[in-house]
Amino acid sequence: MTKTTWTRRRFLSASAATIAAPAILTSTRAYAQSPTLRVGHVSPRTGPLASFAEADDYVLDAISQRFAAGIENNGKTYNVEIISKDSQSNPNRAAEVAADLILGDEVDIIVAASTPETVNPVSDQAEINEVPCITTDCPWQPYFFGRNGVPGEGFQNTYHFFWGLEDVIGAFLDMWGPTGVSKTVGGLFPNDADGNAWGDPELGLPKPFAEAGYDLIDPGRYQPLSDDFSNQIAAFKAAGCEIVTGNMIPPDFATFWAQSAQQGFAPKIVTIGKALLFPSVIESLGDRGDGLSSEVWWSPNHPFNSSLTGASSKELADGFTAATGRPWTQPIGFKHALFEVVADVVKRAEDLEDPAAIVSAIASTNLNTIVGNVDWSTGPINNVTKTPLVAGQWQRDGDGMDLKIVANSAHPDIPLTGELKLLS
Amino acid sequence: MEWVNAVVQGTLLGGLYALFAAGLSLIFGVMRLVNIAHGDMIVLGAYLGLSVTAILGIHPLMALIIVVPCMAVIGYVLQRSILNQTLGGDLLPPLLVTFGLSVILQNALLEIYTADPQKMNAGSLETASVSVGGLSLGVLPLLTFAIAVAVIAALQWTFYRTALGRAFRATSDNQEIAQLMGLNRRHIFGLAMALALGVTAIAGIMLGIRTSFDPSIGGGRLIFGFEAVIIGGLGNLWGTLAGGVILGVAQTVGAKIDPGWQLLAGHLVFLAILAVRPNGLFPRISG
Repeated sequence: MTKTTWTRRRFLSASAATIAAPAILTSTRAYAQSPTLRVGHVSPRTGPLASFAEADDYVLDAISQRFAAGIENNGKTYNVEIISKDSQSNPNRAAEVAADLILGDEVDIIVAASTPETVNPVSDQAEINEVPCITTDCPWQPYFFGRNGVPGEGFQNTYHFFWGLEDVIGAFLDMWGPTGVSKTVGGLFPNDADGNAWGDPELGLPKPFAEAGYDLIDPGRYQPLSDDFSNQIAAFKAAGCEIVTGNMIPPDFATFWAQSAQQGFAPKIVTIGKALLFPSVIESLGDRGDGLSSEVWWSPNHPFNSSLTGASSKELADGFTAATGRPWTQPIGFKHALFEVVADVVKRAEDLEDPAAIVSAIASTNLNTIVGNVDWSTGPINNVTKTPLVAGQWQRDGDGMDLKIVANSAHPDIPLTGELKLLS
Repeated sequence: MEWVNAVVQGTLLGGLYALFAAGLSLIFGVMRLVNIAHGDMIVLGAYLGLSVTAILGIHPLMALIIVVPCMAVIGYVLQRSILNQTLGGDLLPPLLVTFGLSVILQNALLEIYTADPQKMNAGSLETASVSVGGLSLGVLPLLTFAIAVAVIAALQWTFYRTALGRAFRATSDNQEIAQLMGLNRRHIFGLAMALALGVTAIAGIMLGIRTSFDPSIGGGRLIFGFEAVIIGGLGNLWGTLAGGVILGVAQTVGAKIDPGWQLLAGHLVFLAILAVRPNGLFPRISG
């Protein structure tokens, strides 16, 4: 083996070659011909919220293909590059990667989805750094009030589409009403952004429940990842609750539901937000998963089409199952819709170099997406608009579990696919 | 009746905490080693159990037959190759090394198993219950408690009725003199760590059947383990069981007052006991 020695002459020729290289080598990519628009995307790919982002790869692949030809804006074609980062289900990490996308990758638009733990920190970062931001997949109350939004004022750069607690309450009552079970409801609300919003005496579930004649037994906020729910179970048993509702993460619900069986508590209806959205969670519960109910934001039976690909809800869901071999999940539709809105905004913005012009394009959106109409001029509060919500129940269908839509009074255009069955 | 229920459920929860703590108590008792990586080792046990059940398709409790010896071997090798180098008069080096181990373990698990929550499926055992005097008690928590008592009893028996236990106690009392008497303290420490990680494997599998776990939850379990050891008194195995039960009962009774108090109440009881009796309730050795 010969040893390379660095002589002065050798060093000089090497440095000269390095310096001259860019001038000699011709760049294959011409500058400024087709400018690139960067879209930052934050979602919880790993961690306890990972099931929300399960469809990321499938949706992003399809969207990237769609964007490959570029998007035209004012006669100029823009390349669109999506940079996706993992929040690891941790709000601090979400803020960190959002700051990284904004300051490091210098994204032009930032998008985020899945629970207040992801959406809020990303939106806050976007608001501080004045980057246009679109988010979804988090009820609007924890989004708006969780970020200390002032009704009437709202935010400058951040916009959100999803439904609100009033829709959940409406859908739940719509589902429970006709069954005639006793109107005593046990509430399980964790001490996190969602739990505090759902359990809030003024803005959450308690007030509308009382108005509808339901008696809500709320033992108080528990710490997420508790090892024991026997006190809640005892309180529900003592009050004779026939319905259990709340907003939980899957591990807490698994602990609660196992302990309920162990301690002889058998409610007739169990309707839990967040935890019961996913087929994988229902499957891990085995036979105990049959008959649990949840809110339904999107399903293959929703009568909407993508503005980007023209695909129907059913085609999008079937595509996911074909690509991954896994059952459809609700966030698929919203993740797709998020990029539908991005594409629409990029097309309409008056000047893509100007963040303010992008923001005003977001604000003037009126788009029929795969999850329904997105139009920020009709929202319940500043910077927020709503998509339809119905209620559904997991029922055994052949080998697997299927989420049947069992209540749709608020949105009769979304067809019913089943009838609510009581658990016991 | 509700209070009785809270206390009984808390006692059963205490069984799980005692299992978390038993390994810690043992290691500290024999070699004065504070193992910061203990929580992550519990999680490692749970993941090994998950892998074994997934590969062989057996019941999680059957997986104990494979996971316990595996963890024991890991413990022996770990002690002989790394931790023995750090032992000496100073408490700080082993503390720092186990802290590093904790970080390495967490990240290795994250790399292999991802951050997705996992759960071991024990079938009908998870929901089975028995009725005792108007209280419904889960079979799984009862089984966990019974295993905790059995493990503590077995450890106690090993310590005071066997030659190995005598060797443990001798090295614990005075390492140099034990060495003079022909005991190889490096080997003895290796065996102690093997025994401790064997117990940790049981704790990990019981945790994995009871609830979901992911690579990051070890730290929280370490706190419960430490609290149980310190409440019960350093180096006292039955004290560790008592400590676990006191912690479990404090949590459920706290939750009875308000669910937000569940974890806080446990910590407050721990602080109160630490303030009144810094060596714990039943100390065998002075800290």
